[in-house]
Parts: sequence; C-alpha cells; structure tokens
Amino acid sequence: MTFHNKITSLHLDVLKEIGNIGAAHAATALSSLLNTKIDMRVPKVEMVSFNDMMERGGGAEKVVAGIYLRIEGDAQGGMFFILPIEQANHFIQKLIRDDDFDFRKSPVSELGLSAMQELGNILSGSYLSALSDFTGLKIYPTPPALSVDMFGAIISFGLIEVSQVSDHVIVIDTTIYEEHMGDTETVRGHFFLLPDPDSFESIFRSLGVS
Amino acid sequence: MIGSVGVVKVGIAQMDVAKAPDRIRTSGLGSCVGVVLYDESKQVAGLIHVMLPDSQLGRSDSINVAKFADTGIPAMIDQLKQEGIQPFKLKAKIAGGAQMFQFTSSRDSMRIGPRNVEAVKLQLKKFSIPLIAEEIGGSSGRTIEFDPQTAKLNIRTVNQGVKDI
Repeated sequence: MTFHNKITSLHLDVLKEIGNIGAAHAATALSSLLNTKIDMRVPKVEMVSFNDMMERGGGAEKVVAGIYLRIEGDAQGGMFFILPIEQANHFIQKLIRDDDFDFRKSPVSELGLSAMQELGNILSGSYLSALSDFTGLKIYPTPPALSVDMFGAIISFGLIEVSQVSDHVIVIDTTIYEEHMGDTETVRGHFFLLPDPDSFESIFRSLGVS
Repeated sequence: MIGSVGVVKVGIAQMDVAKAPDRIRTSGLGSCVGVVLYDESKQVAGLIHVMLPDSQLGRSDSINVAKFADTGIPAMIDQLKQEGIQPFKLKAKIAGGAQMFQFTSSRDSMRIGPRNVEAVKLQLKKFSIPLIAEEIGGSSGRTIEFDPQTAKLNIRTVNQGVKDI
C-alpha cells in the first residue's frame, strides 16, 4: 500500500515546513533579482484529485509560464514554478528592461525566453538547495525546462509518476506575489512540489519522523 | 423540449458520453490523449482523457479504467453499447500526445506523449475502429470539443489558433 494512506498531521506539518523554507529562499532570490518586495503565503499541503490540481493553477486552460524540473537522488519528484502569463510578462519586462516584451507575441524574443529560463533556474535552485540543507537529503535537479502554455497541459506532465499509483497527489503548494500588487489569482506565482509516492518515507526519515 | 445546448466536460483521466445537440469537451491536453469514439448516424460520442498507455503501469489494486489507453477504450465501447451503439459503427478522432518540455534525459516517462498515442492506436486497431482524423505530437497543449451532430473535432491551442478536424 502506498504512503498516501498513512499520512498524519505531523507529516503534513513537516511537508509544510519544507515548502516554507524552500519558498522563502526563492522569494528572497526573486526579490533581489527584481529589486522589489516579494511576499509569500503559508504553504498549503494537501492530497488533491488530479482535477482539483487543475484548479490550483487557475484551471486547465489558463495560460501560464511553467518551469519544470525533475528531482533525482535520495528523494524524487517533480517541481514546478508557475506564473500567470501577465505576471511572467511583468517580471521579464523588468528583468530585460523591455516594456514591450510579451510571451503571447509570436515569435517570442529569445532574450525574454532565456531570461525566463534563468529566472526558473535561480528560483528552483534556491528552493531545492534550501530543501536539501534542511533535510540533509542529496538531491539532483535536472536542468529546468520552460513551457508557455495551458496550465493543464503543463502540470499533467508532473502527475505521470504518481498517476501510476493513485488518482490523487500530495502537493506542497507555496504562493509568492509582489507585495505592492497584493495576493490575487492574477499575479500569484506558485511553487508546486510533487514528491514521488515512494519518496515520502525518505523525506520523513531524513527529519526523524517515521 | 428544452433548447439549450450543453457541453459535457471531461476531466483528466475521466470519460463521458454526449448526445446531440450537446457537445463534449476536455481541456488542457498535454501528453495526455483525448480519444473520441462516435456514431455519426446516432449522433452520439464518447470522450476519454487518456493519461497513461498501459494499465500494467498501474501499481495499485483498484484502477481507474479511464486513465489508461488499454482499459479506457474497451470501457468506452461497453458504455456506448449500453447506449445502444453498435461497436462496428464507431469511428475515432484523436488529439494530444504532445511533449510539453524538451529534455535531454532519456527517461521513459519523458516521452509519455508518443507512447500514449501508440497505445491508443493499438487499441483502435484491435477493435477495428477506423481512425478518421488525428492532431497529435508537437509541443503545444490542446483543448478539444467534439460536436456529435457534425462529427467535427474542434481543437484550440495557445499559439496555433483554432481548427476543426
């Protein structure tokens, strides 16, 4: 039987702490990159159905910029950094100092794409190194890949592993947003950490929780 | 008669059936494949949002048949039979199976899109269901909507607009 069935509130707290530490580091990195104040919300850790997962990102059809990488090593899983397209445009405009940059324009400027890729690199890197420091687990992220498309098409890729075991997924969901914009659906960026079902035991064991 | 046209929505790893004038739709297909099985004369269509190629991949005791190509297609044929549709009348249109991310890794799950498409085609062949149209592969997400009245499959992408197959 899978670990999904044995999870307690203590386990959820541990996962929340992982989301907290990871996203705090990423928010700091983003803040210094963009020279703006970034806030984050208390992480949500829940077991959700695949279709509820779609709603987490604003619906299956919502257009987003998504960075995806796989985590290998002592713990395995998928990690996404998702930005609503308007917010991705805004961040990249700031980063490359080009107010006309738009992911929806075709062809998209190479500079903007590589800036987004780099942003994903830096943020997921800070999230995961904080996770690794906290747990002592050796984890090796694959190079992040970028896709600008429908949220459902992007996130479903990260559900492939867990879908072999279950129709539900445990998601560690942390949201970040620019302080002056407020925390609304349209500007919220999400970190979704989706550990593979087999990896929960190693995560909990690393923190002395069995 | 109530005249409003409904749209039956099918979620990921789910399946359902629609009768004209209703249409049937699924959103945000990436590596998943949307499989439409339809009877043109009776104007009835079933849609499966296939996520994985083979139920042998499933590692749990109870399986959700709509999730896999090899169980979803036979289950849909059965469901359509109960609606009075004869299997030999069925035709198919499919869309999806994209590779949303380009990786250097050769990990098998990375090319799940093409494997889903192959598995769906194998099942269609097994049940002698002719594949009338397909819009597969590439690296774009798709939202699809089938109209049982016209037997057209409408496909919407973010970057390549809208088309009917």
